[in-house]
Amino acid sequence: MSSFLFLIPFLAAIAIIFGSPARLTARGAAIATFLLGLFAAASYDNTALWSYKISALAIPSLDIAFGFLNGTSAVMVALAVIVMLAAVFTGKAPEGRDKLYFSSSLLIGAGAIGAFVSTDLFFFYAFHELALIPTFLMIGLLGRGSRKEIAWKITIYLGVGSLILLAGLVWLASEAGTYNMIAMLEAQKAGTLQIDPTTQKSIAALLIVGFGTLVSLFPFHSWAAPAYASAPAPTAMLHAGVLKKFGLYGMMQLAVPLLPIGMNAWLTPLLVLLLGNILWVGLVTINQKRLDSMLGHSSVMHMGYIFLALAAVVASNAAGKTNDFGIPAATILMFAHGISIAMLFGLADRIERSTGTLDFSDLGGLAKPAPVLAFLFGIAGMASLGLPGLANFSGEVMVFLAGFDGRDATAPLGPVQIATILSLWGVVISAVYVLRAYRQTFQGPTVNSTVSATDLTLMEKIPALLLAIALLVVGIYPRILLQLLS
Amino acid sequence: MPAYYLEALTVTLGIVLLVAEAFVPGKQKSWVGLAAIVGLLGVLGLTIWAIGPDRATEAKPWTKFALWDLYKFDATARFYKILALVSAIFVLILAIDYRSILSRYTGETNDENGTAEYYSLIVIATSAMMWMASAKNLSMLFVSLELLTVTFYILVAFMKRNVGSLEAGVKYLILGALSTGFLVYGMAWIYGATGSLSLDIITIAASTSAPATPLLFGIALMIIALGFKVGAAPMHFWIPDVYQGAPTPTTAFLSIGSKGAGFMALMSVMAPFAASPFAAKLYGVVSILACITLVVGNFGAIPQNNFKRLLAYSSIANAGFLLLAVAANRDGSTSLSSPQLVGFYLASYLLMTMAAFFILSILRVQCGSDNIDALDGLSKRNPILAVAVTIIMASLAGVPLTVGFVGKFFVFRAAMEAGMVVPVVIAAITAAAGFYYYFKILRAVWWNAPNHKEAIPLDGSSIFTFALTFLTIAILVFGMWPQPLMNLIK
Repeated sequence: MSSFLFLIPFLAAIAIIFGSPARLTARGAAIATFLLGLFAAASYDNTALWSYKISALAIPSLDIAFGFLNGTSAVMVALAVIVMLAAVFTGKAPEGRDKLYFSSSLLIGAGAIGAFVSTDLFFFYAFHELALIPTFLMIGLLGRGSRKEIAWKITIYLGVGSLILLAGLVWLASEAGTYNMIAMLEAQKAGTLQIDPTTQKSIAALLIVGFGTLVSLFPFHSWAAPAYASAPAPTAMLHAGVLKKFGLYGMMQLAVPLLPIGMNAWLTPLLVLLLGNILWVGLVTINQKRLDSMLGHSSVMHMGYIFLALAAVVASNAAGKTNDFGIPAATILMFAHGISIAMLFGLADRIERSTGTLDFSDLGGLAKPAPVLAFLFGIAGMASLGLPGLANFSGEVMVFLAGFDGRDATAPLGPVQIATILSLWGVVISAVYVLRAYRQTFQGPTVNSTVSATDLTLMEKIPALLLAIALLVVGIYPRILLQLLS
Repeated sequence: MPAYYLEALTVTLGIVLLVAEAFVPGKQKSWVGLAAIVGLLGVLGLTIWAIGPDRATEAKPWTKFALWDLYKFDATARFYKILALVSAIFVLILAIDYRSILSRYTGETNDENGTAEYYSLIVIATSAMMWMASAKNLSMLFVSLELLTVTFYILVAFMKRNVGSLEAGVKYLILGALSTGFLVYGMAWIYGATGSLSLDIITIAASTSAPATPLLFGIALMIIALGFKVGAAPMHFWIPDVYQGAPTPTTAFLSIGSKGAGFMALMSVMAPFAASPFAAKLYGVVSILACITLVVGNFGAIPQNNFKRLLAYSSIANAGFLLLAVAANRDGSTSLSSPQLVGFYLASYLLMTMAAFFILSILRVQCGSDNIDALDGLSKRNPILAVAVTIIMASLAGVPLTVGFVGKFFVFRAAMEAGMVVPVVIAAITAAAGFYYYFKILRAVWWNAPNHKEAIPLDGSSIFTFALTFLTIAILVFGMWPQPLMNLIK
């Protein structure tokens, strides 16, 4: 059954290439995947229903294997189907390019879902790559600004990152003797998989750099902001919201449990890098002059918190304790960030189509002609700065709790605790840039570009409301996701 | 059916075609090519029933022929015969499509009189490759390799009124002769050290009695000679020039068939030393060759603007990956063995490189150019072909879910298992460079505007379309489900 999660959007994309009506097919497929995905996430532990594999190769054993590794996979699938549904209802295809426009969105979604439901390392990696190709094409063909240079840059960046990652994964698999991720994790739990510490350290380095490049970990992040600023709205939503989480998901499912010693060896450098994301990129974000570029940078910045949650888990594991908050914190924050950034990119695109600009200096007073737009943008913005009641808050609080979880109160502060305290400043930084952006875009007197702006139509409200509801529900009742993780 | 019938039939086919050519009217020479395709398809079918003496159910006279001391037939030999036949069939399709260019530079422009020998030469070269796959004696190996090389001298210089083709022919002739010298000299040293040309006896001698220095000297000379054939750096200098000058079907055949045969030969002559006391030394040299080849091939390809020349460098780069698989020297006890790896990689390389040469050939025939900019704006001129080019280039670059990725993946994996960390790092860096130059083609296809006044749509003939569709679909299918290919290489 879980293969359908991938196959519906994939086959729909192929049907669109071969002439099926683009918009209708894409929306139908996204709705079907949405319903199936939510059902799958709710009943993910029914392995009889969702696990499935066919052999692709006998020696070395490779299977096209689908299933859910654990609750995190289910949450990620839920995120992917929600954002994909919103993405195909957002934005406007340029004249004559709707085939490309809609089929790419479906392919990116299909690739991301495929990666999250793969339980074979080979296809886990392969599906992510599948999703990158339409991303490159969309940016290169339909992007804004100097799109060719940007598409070129991310092709090189992500291509190199993927190869480094591949080297790490192949090494990991050859140490584990299998490509089956479930078998690997079980062997680790049972204690039969003992990777030698030096090897662990090398593999961990490859995975941190490889996954880190894909997630825009500082200093491998410089591709991300220009790419999101340039990408068409659905592509930015799907990549920043969903596909980028692939790297964090991989860190969480593979590097953290399988390489405890190796990851711990790199703990301090990792903490420094993630503080680079939160503080350095955060300050850069404040300085942005355009809304899209600010959103791109803020998306890079928030990756730091999720890495922090993972680092806390690594540190606790190394000390022989279990960290109760780390994994749930990372999962919820991935979900919340995915939803909120997708909503922001979707609405920013709408602002540009209605006003013709995203420069802060040319915007102002948009709340007057477009109150609903302003309200929804406000929700997403407040979510991303961590306002209580919205999903990101629960995630961020848990990250900070994870940083101190299990700490011996008499001992001096460890590196993770220091990093946590420093990263609290990130909350202030995001408040500054979000509120400034909101003020400059929506408040004050209307200016030339915003006088004639229109508010959201009913069709445009659908995707934004869908995402807003997801943010509110998880914000008020995070147990809806947490119960999947226990 | 005794396995040697396959070669016998192929040679006969080549000779019959050569004779028949004289009786076919000048404007219908493509029939010779079609007959060659049909004949080779027949031989391809017969490979299923071919057996060696060990598989014969009853004692027949042929099972006792002394030939079997020189000629082996096992799964590997069968696989390489199939590889040679399949690549020859595609090259023939390519050649039929390409005959307008061939006849322009060989005879009168209004007939095809000069083109038909080309088809029969391809068939004869194929028989040489098939024979080489079965050689288990150095003399046999040498004779088949020479038959192949001599045929290629003609195939490269076939367009006798084209300076580029002639220059390529002369270059190939001189360097080919030089490498033959190395090969024979190396064989002589090995014979001197072991007292035999039979690979079986050399295997025993290498791990027991034979003196190491002359053996190592001999095998080193042979590695140099075969490195020339497969395009390993630093013996690669001929490749870009010869590939660019030769007729496109010849280039495709050189790059796939000849390279495959070269690797077949390389593994045959290295196999006796795989378990010998100096194996580490020997395979260490090969892994150094692999690293140099990877760097030269991949970084040399980056500045190229000519599609054909780019494919030449790509062919060097792929030789690097193949050498890495050879150098890993896996015996296959836990996972894939090195010959299996090389076989799989060659099969994947055949699919994608052949497809790339089809694109190149249609460019040459319809746009009159080998340059990458001839592909500008293809996404608007012919969207379906643009998608095919995208898949082919993605596979060459090694994007997952294509067969090119699976091949590279296995090679990386085997090298990692063999503990070759530095070569793997180099391979990963150079593979990343591959992304750059293969995607340069995609950039032309998708992002650049058509640069011709009237956009040429690049519609191929039906046989061309069929072959290209077949290859493209195979790239995707085997990328997700490699088992059928792997079954051939057991």
